[in-house]
Amino acid sequence: MTSEWAFDMATTIKINGVDRTVDVDGDTPLLWVLRDVLGMTGTKFGCGMALCGACTVHIDGAATRSCITTIDSIGTSEITTIEAIGATPAGAKIQRAWLDREVVQCGYCQSGQIMSASALLASNPKPTDVDIDDAMSGNICRCGTYVRIREAIKEAAQSSGQRG
Amino acid sequence: MILDHLTRRSFLQAGAAAGGGLMLSLSLPFANHDAEAADGDGFAPNAFIRIAGDGQIVLTMPYVEMGQGTYTAIPMLIAEELEVDLNQVQLEHAPPNEKLYGNPLLGGIQATGNSNAMRAAWQPLRESGAIARTMLVATAAKRWNVDPASCRAQSGEVLHAPSGRSAKYGELAADAARLPVPESVVLKRSEDFKLIGTPAKRLDAPAKVNGTAVYGIDVRPPGVKIATLAQSPVFGGRVKSVDDRAAKAVKGVRQIVRLDDAVAVVADHMGAAKKGLAALVVEWDEGPHAKLNTQDIVAELENATRNSGPVAQHIGNSDEAMASAVTKVEATYQVPFLAHATMEPMNCTVHIRKDGCEVWVGTQVVARAQAAAAKTAGLPLDKVVVHNHLLGGGFGRRLEIDGVIRAVQIAQRVDDPVKVVWTREEDIQHDMYRPYFFDRISAGLDGKGMPVAWNHRFAGSSVIARWVPPVFKDGLDPDTTEGAIDLVYALPNMHVEYLRVEPPGIPTAFWRSVGPSHNVFVTESFLDELAAAAKQDPVAYRRALLDKSPRAKGVLELAAEKAGWGQPLPRGVGRGVSVQFAFATYMAHVAEVEVSRDGAVRVRRVVCAVDCGTVVNPDTVQAQIQGAVIFGITAALYGEITLKDGRVEQTNFDTYQMLRMNEAPAIEVHIVQSSEPPGGMGEPGTSAIVPAVTNAIFAATGKRLRKLPIDTTALKQPG
Repeated sequence: MTSEWAFDMATTIKINGVDRTVDVDGDTPLLWVLRDVLGMTGTKFGCGMALCGACTVHIDGAATRSCITTIDSIGTSEITTIEAIGATPAGAKIQRAWLDREVVQCGYCQSGQIMSASALLASNPKPTDVDIDDAMSGNICRCGTYVRIREAIKEAAQSSGQRG
Repeated sequence: MILDHLTRRSFLQAGAAAGGGLMLSLSLPFANHDAEAADGDGFAPNAFIRIAGDGQIVLTMPYVEMGQGTYTAIPMLIAEELEVDLNQVQLEHAPPNEKLYGNPLLGGIQATGNSNAMRAAWQPLRESGAIARTMLVATAAKRWNVDPASCRAQSGEVLHAPSGRSAKYGELAADAARLPVPESVVLKRSEDFKLIGTPAKRLDAPAKVNGTAVYGIDVRPPGVKIATLAQSPVFGGRVKSVDDRAAKAVKGVRQIVRLDDAVAVVADHMGAAKKGLAALVVEWDEGPHAKLNTQDIVAELENATRNSGPVAQHIGNSDEAMASAVTKVEATYQVPFLAHATMEPMNCTVHIRKDGCEVWVGTQVVARAQAAAAKTAGLPLDKVVVHNHLLGGGFGRRLEIDGVIRAVQIAQRVDDPVKVVWTREEDIQHDMYRPYFFDRISAGLDGKGMPVAWNHRFAGSSVIARWVPPVFKDGLDPDTTEGAIDLVYALPNMHVEYLRVEPPGIPTAFWRSVGPSHNVFVTESFLDELAAAAKQDPVAYRRALLDKSPRAKGVLELAAEKAGWGQPLPRGVGRGVSVQFAFATYMAHVAEVEVSRDGAVRVRRVVCAVDCGTVVNPDTVQAQIQGAVIFGITAALYGEITLKDGRVEQTNFDTYQMLRMNEAPAIEVHIVQSSEPPGGMGEPGTSAIVPAVTNAIFAATGKRLRKLPIDTTALKQPG
């Protein structure tokens, strides 16, 4: 964990099922490893302080803010990014609902929104409005697409065939 | 509708003059083919359409996509007349070229703003499609030796029904390119529209849900380094000294760049650049604004409004009418500085070589970006290539080129291409802000409580005066006064004055809904005050003043009906209304707001009625209003930039808050069918919602809020 040891050591992390080795300080946030070192620019920078959710990825399935997740804290956990979320059942449903409901505007925050929504749906196939509030209120959309995000999550949940 | 220097005619001529000689190399990530495919046997009758021999149809977008749906609605205009399906076209960003792509409603500046892309494009871009279609039909008719009138175009083909012949556009392109461009063309009748008026899927959506959309911040030219910067924390300050020893020791840091008024750390990645910046010890010469506080600026504005200023509108004789009024009402209003806080922080990538300069950015003003880069780099314009991108939010922030200048200054000192990315803190603390305004307003009512006199005087910055100086005339400009003059209401005696006062030590800029963002809050709140003084219902009071404005009356009545105006509400909940005519669009909102005993404000429901003339993409109209309402509520509840000791006090989304999912109201949008020309859609929802919310708070609590953002402590109930 200490930066002295991490300083000259390459770190290996598993992203979208592939081991990637990078040579950066251990306290480097995962966000910059994804975007600047590995060129995976689908994950976005918004605030750098886990206040907006634009950088959300999954770590072992849990929605996680990559801007404050240091590379030395990940270990063997599996990272999933927007580039691969469509390969998961929940991610595919969420992406389809996002298109059906025409959620996006500028679209910059939507990678993070989709990652948060996919994690919600994977763990809770029939989320209530309160569940949606809890899962999604960490993701800011400056264009204000919240009304459609809520509708799209509900549509994706319906399409999962888990009606109660 | 503020500027109209370049006429539609010259706009079209400029487009047609390019003939087939146009070559563009910029393509969107979702375009599948190389732009070069259109060369050779291609057909490019104007600057917006290129049809290749292989059938590829590329549309060049004169207005930028920043979320407002222009990359779907503009193609709809062209495709409607060209007779192609939306899934047959590919899109490109227009390169900098004001002759071809200048906005006729913004003085020919190549800019996307003021909610006027659709108004500017409505006629010329349908004509551009019709010209191409007419030429393709003529080509086919000539080839078949038949009357062009016996042919028709459909889904990218010309058909000759009597003989059953057909030819795809690609097969006709090379011959069509040899025909003269027709002087005039016949546009389709609205009843024949297939695309316009029908909900269309956004063309940019697929790339935005799978992470492949490329914004300015995503570019990665080979060898690119990442830089982040600190500009003088006090506007106008300079760097006094830099100790960069610790910063240089950070792994991944390559270089420290020192400018007169900023420092930048260049690194392999943003993590190292940020770490390096934190390790940098910079001493600043803070300059003349080191002691500036917001209240100093407010005092200056308030003082300015004690004297008269240039008259923006004068109707009748409001002094006489005021003197004989039965009731007098007067108030002062204030709106704060606001940051844009686009989700994509400011960024620009620049590579300076001996022979030229290349710029990658997402900008609302690509030609200005090119000119700024050329001037800063000391290069001729033709040595500067600008690649425009999707914008992760604009809202007026990307009408400014300060970020391009900064990036070029840094790139001049770096060998490799360098991407300059602002931290969120830098983005908020070195924005250019919606101006602070101070307003004095008064009215006189007759015996029935109706307004017979209206006096309004306000002071604040004119963004127009800096951004497009020729439009600032005789102390006035059409943006800063929009929403304060030409009100929809029948006011027999009216006098409006504006005093331009530029605040020291803080730059100002356009912000979503611009002039109306200030004026509509003031006028619609004050009209509500008049209704209250007259002891009348706010909707009925407004309706009585709208006999001469049927479209405004129409949206007011529709919104009130759909909202259930007048139906009982629980204690602590109130309804507020606003009516607005701005950006050539009529809009009324009814907001339903709950105020808790502790003063907390929750907007529960918003009902909007809109008459924006002809609707091109109804789904976008609804989306823009939904989003603009959230944007406006954010400002009403939270938006405030303040200065202390010359520094912006807000830093990130903890101190400059945004509305979030758990606070978002239900929003209903009701669209009035109309065949009037289209009005603007990106901004009106923002300015119009704010007074509806504060008027609802008045209805719920009896407290009139005349200063934004909403002060919840003032709404706290005792006990």
